[in-house]
Amino acid sequence: MQILTPENTKRILVLGIGNILWADEGFGVRAVEQFHHHYAVPNNVTILDGGTQGLYLVNFLEEADCLIVFDAIDYGLAPGHLKLVRDDEVPKFTGAKKMSLHQTGFQEVLSAADLLGRCPRELALIGCQPLDLEDWGGPLTAPVRTQIAPAIELACKLLAHWGSPAKQRTVPLPERERLLANDIDHANYEARGRPI
Amino acid sequence: MGTQTPNGFKLDDSGKRIVVDPLTRVEGHLRVEVNLDSNNVIRNAVSSGTMWRGIETILRGRDPRDAWAFTGRICGVCTGTHALTSVRAVENALGITIPDNANSIRNIMQLCLQVHDHIVHFYHLHALDWVDMISALNADPKATSALAQSISSWPLSSPGYFKHLQIRLTKFMESGQLGPFRNGYWGHPAYKLPPEANLMAVAHYLEALDFQKDVVKIHAVYGGKNPHPNWLVGGVACAINVDGTGAVGAVNMERLNLVSSIIDRSIEFVEQVYLPDVVAISSFYKDWLYGGGLSGKSVMSYGDIPENANDYSAKSLKLPHGVILNGNLREVLPIDHGDPEQIQEFVGHSWYKYPDETRGLHPWDGVTEPNFQLGPKVKGTRTNIKELDEGGKYSWIKTPRWRGNAVEVGPLARCIVGYAQGKAEFKEPADQLLKTVDLPFAALFSTLGRTAARALECQWAAHQMRYFQHKLMAQIKAGDTATANVDRWKPESWPKQAKGYGFTEAPRGALAHWIKIKEAKIDNYQCVVPTTWNGSPRDPNGNIGAFEASLMDTPMADPEKPLEILRTIHSFDPCLACATHVMGPDGQELATVKVR
Repeated sequence: MQILTPENTKRILVLGIGNILWADEGFGVRAVEQFHHHYAVPNNVTILDGGTQGLYLVNFLEEADCLIVFDAIDYGLAPGHLKLVRDDEVPKFTGAKKMSLHQTGFQEVLSAADLLGRCPRELALIGCQPLDLEDWGGPLTAPVRTQIAPAIELACKLLAHWGSPAKQRTVPLPERERLLANDIDHANYEARGRPI
Repeated sequence: MGTQTPNGFKLDDSGKRIVVDPLTRVEGHLRVEVNLDSNNVIRNAVSSGTMWRGIETILRGRDPRDAWAFTGRICGVCTGTHALTSVRAVENALGITIPDNANSIRNIMQLCLQVHDHIVHFYHLHALDWVDMISALNADPKATSALAQSISSWPLSSPGYFKHLQIRLTKFMESGQLGPFRNGYWGHPAYKLPPEANLMAVAHYLEALDFQKDVVKIHAVYGGKNPHPNWLVGGVACAINVDGTGAVGAVNMERLNLVSSIIDRSIEFVEQVYLPDVVAISSFYKDWLYGGGLSGKSVMSYGDIPENANDYSAKSLKLPHGVILNGNLREVLPIDHGDPEQIQEFVGHSWYKYPDETRGLHPWDGVTEPNFQLGPKVKGTRTNIKELDEGGKYSWIKTPRWRGNAVEVGPLARCIVGYAQGKAEFKEPADQLLKTVDLPFAALFSTLGRTAARALECQWAAHQMRYFQHKLMAQIKAGDTATANVDRWKPESWPKQAKGYGFTEAPRGALAHWIKIKEAKIDNYQCVVPTTWNGSPRDPNGNIGAFEASLMDTPMADPEKPLEILRTIHSFDPCLACATHVMGPDGQELATVKVR
């Protein structure tokens, strides 16, 4: 039985969010997919493809002490710019003026966890400024795709800092254990996409 | 200057124009423009969806057995219902049947989604259209406790509980960087609840947030994981092994019992919290019966929740099936999804191109070719439209019609169809609720009626979950553990060409997918989603859709603060493409309002 030291009892959630059908909107999901593909993590770390689940993700947040989230961000930067946002700098708010529940941003998920008194203590948003969010069915654009590897590196540094380092897989991940299957994994999704 | 629409609405666009537009750079939103008369009453309404949803461009050439995984990604809220619709479409095309247990499990998952979505919709989107968060700070906790105990036996109702909540809420409001709820129209004259009712509702807002995370565990049990549970053409993706001790993926007795206990708690929450809240809120808004729109005229429900596996006839479907036209509740007309004359999509006012735009196309023959043309009276530019011209094309939403008729879909439509069919499980609760708040039958056809119908349906769905869970358990006890039929899994067993459709009742209304399969690959795939029905623009004959109709004749207290518009549009639980997780530094304002 593994003896837990204070460091590795931290519950850590590594989350990727976004819509894979919408070009660079899919950055977060593709980043977490690739991270999971190449790295194994200790038991106290959960890796999750959050898709566009909005408020339904609040329970996963509640169960985490530390949160890393990959997402497309709009900070008015150059397309493909990678930005690490920490703790109080990560936006949290709730809006009542939105048109639909489907407009729930991740900031509202954080705000909801906060309102319940169970927001992760440490937050790290690894964001990438998108080039194209409007290409329905399109692939990640080149400037965003090239930021996946650096984004994963950042996540690895944070995990090491939190005492729960990720280790590069020595045995390739079996196909049935992949985060996304049924042809929506990154390679198949783009390989069989519509002709460009 | 007024014009009369064929479906009975008088439009007048001469007064000042109000534009409510979500201000984000991401597509996938809804824009509403209205004209007001000199008394600030809405006399013309225009709804425009900026979503663009040509799923067939993504699906063409792929394996039909994977379509559910793609369609499930269209939307973060309707994930499961798109997946279910998709597997039904493929099964219909290929003549694949599913075992009884798979039918029960699918029904439980679909009902679970209804319960979950209705609760989250009410508390976390719609309640704030009726509940003034800030007013709750002025409530007397003792009086709040008395109010809560007078309407329900729910235990969380002591003065101390509400006092503690008020302190937490105050602290939260004061924590500068959070600024929660700062985007509300707090203090608006259209808010009618006393502070105590507001405080009670805020308490339930939080409790619902806590509760909803239990409900989805059902999806994790039967779908293998959550979010993004697994679906399967030919059945469900979970194996049943009652003697198992929790082998990965297999559902054992402990998991089945977990589901049963979540169902019990769902019934309790809906009956002791959600329904009493809707009744209490309704009683303060009895004079705000706007927003009925098409509901008193033409409504449609495909029906769902088959009692018998593979039987999607009206007799087998527990959610009602049929169309009511022109307010004639004595006649419920049957729907055939395969009849090219019934469901058709038009694009005369939508940003797409057809060879002949006076005609509609049945989804099997549907085409999605963008054509972003603006009418001559548009104000602004192509990239920054200040005012739409509804005389031309003005929406990315197509214009579906049933035999040429604009219809409303959703919980109120289902309730009305069930009521018209005289089904006791829909008629009696509706009559009872109207009696409790002392409102006539006609009051059902309103924004409030839509909200109440959703709450009643949530209760119905929670009980139906229990029914199908019992059915499943009985079947398992009798030794039947089959959950999938793989006889026709292999493409070699399929015909060279096939076409089919699948339909469901998503929480927000009638949903269907149409598929054409050629040489084992997808040849065409079309989804007609509930918000396409409700949010559609005018058709070539000038009929307005459900959103537009629902806004007509509503008075606005303050045109700069369009609370009444949001309240009515929210009551439909609109579904727009989900792509809004992009974070900005200071939290974008989610809607702008321009008075012109």
